[in-house]
Amino acid sequence: MDFFIKHLLSVLIFFPAASIFLLLPINKKNQGVLRNLSTFLSLVELIFSFYLFVYFKQDTYKFQFVEKSSWIPSFGASYFLGIDGVSLFLILLTTLLTFISLLSSYRYIKEHVKEFVILMLLLETFMIGTFASLDVLLFYLFWEFMLIPMYFIIGMWGTGKRVYSAVKFVLYTLSGSLIMLFGLIYIFIMHYNQTGNFTFNILRLYNTNIPSGLQLILFIALFLGFAIKIPLFPFHTWLPDAHTEAPTAGSVILAGVLLKFGVYGFFRFAIPLLPEAAFTLAPFVIILGVIGILYGAFVSIVQKDLKRLVAFSSVSHMGFIMLGLFAMSVISINGAVLQLLNHGIATGALFLFVGMLYERMHTRQIKDFGGIAKKAPVFTALFMISVLASVGLPGLNGFIGEFLILIGSFHSYPVLTVIATSGIIFAAVYLLWMFQRVMFQGVTNPAAENFEDMNLREIITVLPLIILMFLIGFYPMPFLERIDPTVLHFVSMLNHHNIVYNVIKLKTGLSNA
Amino acid sequence: MDIKILITWLIPLFPLSGWLLWGLFGKYFKGLSGYIASGFVGVSFILSVVLFFIVAYSHGFTDTLYPWVHAGIFKAGVSAVIDRLSVVMLVMVTGVSTLVHIYSIGYMEGEKGFSRYFSFLNLFVFSMIMLVISNNLLLLYVFWEAVGFCSYVLIGFWYEKKSASDAGKKAFIVNRIGDFGFAAGIFLLFATTKTLNYETVFTFIPSMPVYTTTAIALLLFAGAVGKSAQFPLHVWLPDAMEGPTPVSALIHAATMVTAGVYMIARFHIIFSYSPAASEVVLAVGTFTAFFAAFIALTQFDIKRIIAYSTISQLGYMFMAVGIGSYTAGIFHLISHAVFKGLLFLTAGSVMHGLSGELDLRKMGGLYSKMKTTAVTFIVGGLALSGIPPFSGFFSKDAILADIYNKGFYFAWAIGEITALMTAFYIFRLIFLAFFSESKLDPAKHVHESSKIMTVPMIILASLAVIIGFLGMPPFNESLFYGFLHTDFKNAAVFAPAVNNVPWYILSLISVLMGLSGIYAAYILYIKKTVSPEKIKSIFKPLYALSYNKVYIDEIYNFLIVKPMLVFFDFLWRVVDIKIIDGAVNGTASAFSFFSVKARKIQNGMLMSYILTLSIGAVALLFYYFIR
Repeated sequence: MDFFIKHLLSVLIFFPAASIFLLLPINKKNQGVLRNLSTFLSLVELIFSFYLFVYFKQDTYKFQFVEKSSWIPSFGASYFLGIDGVSLFLILLTTLLTFISLLSSYRYIKEHVKEFVILMLLLETFMIGTFASLDVLLFYLFWEFMLIPMYFIIGMWGTGKRVYSAVKFVLYTLSGSLIMLFGLIYIFIMHYNQTGNFTFNILRLYNTNIPSGLQLILFIALFLGFAIKIPLFPFHTWLPDAHTEAPTAGSVILAGVLLKFGVYGFFRFAIPLLPEAAFTLAPFVIILGVIGILYGAFVSIVQKDLKRLVAFSSVSHMGFIMLGLFAMSVISINGAVLQLLNHGIATGALFLFVGMLYERMHTRQIKDFGGIAKKAPVFTALFMISVLASVGLPGLNGFIGEFLILIGSFHSYPVLTVIATSGIIFAAVYLLWMFQRVMFQGVTNPAAENFEDMNLREIITVLPLIILMFLIGFYPMPFLERIDPTVLHFVSMLNHHNIVYNVIKLKTGLSNA
Repeated sequence: MDIKILITWLIPLFPLSGWLLWGLFGKYFKGLSGYIASGFVGVSFILSVVLFFIVAYSHGFTDTLYPWVHAGIFKAGVSAVIDRLSVVMLVMVTGVSTLVHIYSIGYMEGEKGFSRYFSFLNLFVFSMIMLVISNNLLLLYVFWEAVGFCSYVLIGFWYEKKSASDAGKKAFIVNRIGDFGFAAGIFLLFATTKTLNYETVFTFIPSMPVYTTTAIALLLFAGAVGKSAQFPLHVWLPDAMEGPTPVSALIHAATMVTAGVYMIARFHIIFSYSPAASEVVLAVGTFTAFFAAFIALTQFDIKRIIAYSTISQLGYMFMAVGIGSYTAGIFHLISHAVFKGLLFLTAGSVMHGLSGELDLRKMGGLYSKMKTTAVTFIVGGLALSGIPPFSGFFSKDAILADIYNKGFYFAWAIGEITALMTAFYIFRLIFLAFFSESKLDPAKHVHESSKIMTVPMIILASLAVIIGFLGMPPFNESLFYGFLHTDFKNAAVFAPAVNNVPWYILSLISVLMGLSGIYAAYILYIKKTVSPEKIKSIFKPLYALSYNKVYIDEIYNFLIVKPMLVFFDFLWRVVDIKIIDGAVNGTASAFSFFSVKARKIQNGMLMSYILTLSIGAVALLFYYFIR
């Protein structure tokens, strides 16, 4: 047990990949076995990840579950893992959503089941690896490897222009990542020049001394990699295409986990490595975020395709998160981190419901629905809760995150925060209007006449997300308690060596002392 | 645990558990859910009365149930403030809720969504209770929106009707516009005081720069304008009449829509320290009172008439809190809850008896067919018209007397004219529906409603007769004033009394206004010495303006909704697809691999691409090492 806890991160990373060997010998035609076994394995992984939560010490900002061994000593690259309050929840979100995605695919994925479940488990390994890596090279490898399974999931099991969407997704994010890689390597070299040591240890690289002008250039390089992933306006156009054509499981993972990597990248790399540039450019990033909030909401309102609507709503939601992160107050970053989870939960759930609608009616066009509420009360109730969570209705999870982001950002950016706040009006417009047209009113499409309500498997699929919506809404403390110390340290670390600190010194006359 | 604290948290617990029970297991309870739900709210009512006496004979207190949101310096708990204001509100909310629940058992009998209805009605009562007892602005905001959500689902209860689901959505969105301001107010308050706890916030207000206080007060007021359906955000309330009538009685007359008035009374420190903001409250209230009464004059839908009447009466309440007469505002809130709840329940009884008919032009002569309904309706109408000794007389005149004596003559004059219009429109309704010759479809069987509906109506009607005496003039020495005024003693006096005209002179004027309104309706609709058609043709443009609700919905549609949709569509089709995505795809084609790959790409090729990339990265590293 002790050994298990000590190497829990390695277990979590490699268990899904290793479990592929259990699946490989099974005959392709045994679809039921493949589905059940892979779902079961992802459930085991989910249970393992609970240990992270249980054994996580909540009153420290220090990295926990740290594992370190040399990997490529000549480069200074090491197998260095560890998590803080932020990556803890992102890993938990990953394991939960992978389990849910596999469970949700029983009906949707009919062909190449074996390949599908293997790719999903492989993806899980890469995603957890990315969140757990504290070594830049390790991080980058996992980061890029993630694209491969995702590419196939969209390209093989998608609909419509799936190959176009898959290629666009990969090339767009890849070109951003490539520029980011140059930035990271540049910092690595600088660190070497300053200390004479090769190291990819991110905690050491934090101490690299980088002149202000260069920081700006490097920040822009890293920014491109992360902003495309989020996606921040105007780098978002790959998202609606990828989401719309991806299978349900792909959309859930894409929205629920993959988009989080961009924000995580800013949190773990761009901001702490280049604090001065981050402070200088924060207003611009925030402006892009706020534009994204409104733009995403506006464009959502006029969407005719359900999935495209939810995809654009992600642009809007991620805008809030960027506002919170770059406002750089303890309250707003707490909110941003919580909102990362909330967005994964609520948007993940929305994609699941859209998937169920598609499975039953074979359409995603809003105008083809209507009157479903009468036919399927359980579906209606749970779908409504998810929609309201996304609207940010108080009592559900989304509200707490948005509120903390906005109230925390207001102090530094009052005008932009108020503009951002108007997003709550438009969120109500596009989501409730969509819900009305899909669920209420009379039945127009004969296919809706025989709309089946959710079966037990489908209820189990969404139930964890619904429970989390209420839990975070009514009692977010188990989450905030663990996030807060990390955020507090993050902000104080920034204030320690950034220009804001110097400005304060100047203002108070301390610089002369 | 202290017994009073236990009682405090049990009050919201009963309706909350009701919501869960009917929501999850409604189908096993069938018709029983209505009785048990009423019982739950009834228990809350009894507990509220007990709490009322505890507070009346000892003193108020606060209590935190559990810490809720802590992040950095931001701290908010689930905590309650129990003082005289909250117990008065609690008794009213749970009392009216109990009666409406009981009435609903009869009204909603045989509905398909019977359990769903009671589930959301219970959730509403829970949210409203929490709104009233919240001790910090975050919690207040949560339940402020939660009651709006309940209103959304209950308005859209018959969701298969497009008009009903449209109305629910409209209510939610319009409320959110107000809440946007409300939220901004909370942000500004927190940025200034670093806390959202009521008591702590209030200690900062007196020393705060007055422009900050004004900004906070106005932003909070924006929320009240939405929730309490004041101009220009009143448009959702008339449409909300699509919901079941008991819902209109409870949510859209007695409780939720008065939350804005309650909020200002609760934050009287903030508002009283900003005379400018209070003046805005007064102005909006006065205008809305007049404006809504003007629209109500010519409507034919009985529920909409009462809805506009609610908007107008809420205007009176805002006039009261806008001049710092918080006790008078809350007194009118309570008395209005009783008589307006009564009017809606009786209107529901009319609808029930006429199988859903709402149009005044298809009624008439109902008095002989449904006596209980008619008599209770008339009691409500007299209370609304401010005829003594009905409750509306005491509560409305307390406001108008204060307005006059504090020197706001213009607002007072408007208030008096509105009183005349009020008496006219409600008696126009009464005469047309209950007295003039019958225009009913003879095939329809008109029947009086069952006991389970009439008993709550009779109770409310009796209350409408009795309750006013709590505010027995002279107004500032009444029982109610004496009880509640202690809660407002810390308010800044920004509008001192400048006159001392005795109450009976001012009341005489108001009563005469009310009587002339009734007399005018009598001449037009009973004696018919003057034909309504003639009046209509004389004031043709004015009539059209009133009949078409001042075209507000059309104006919003034309100036805001339509242009926005066009703009959003432009954003998507042109900006997003053509410009932004066009630039992306253009860049890609410029590199000349995108278009080729999109057509020909094989899975293997991408693999090799990524492999190349990884190798490239490693090679790059090597280059630096060697260098």
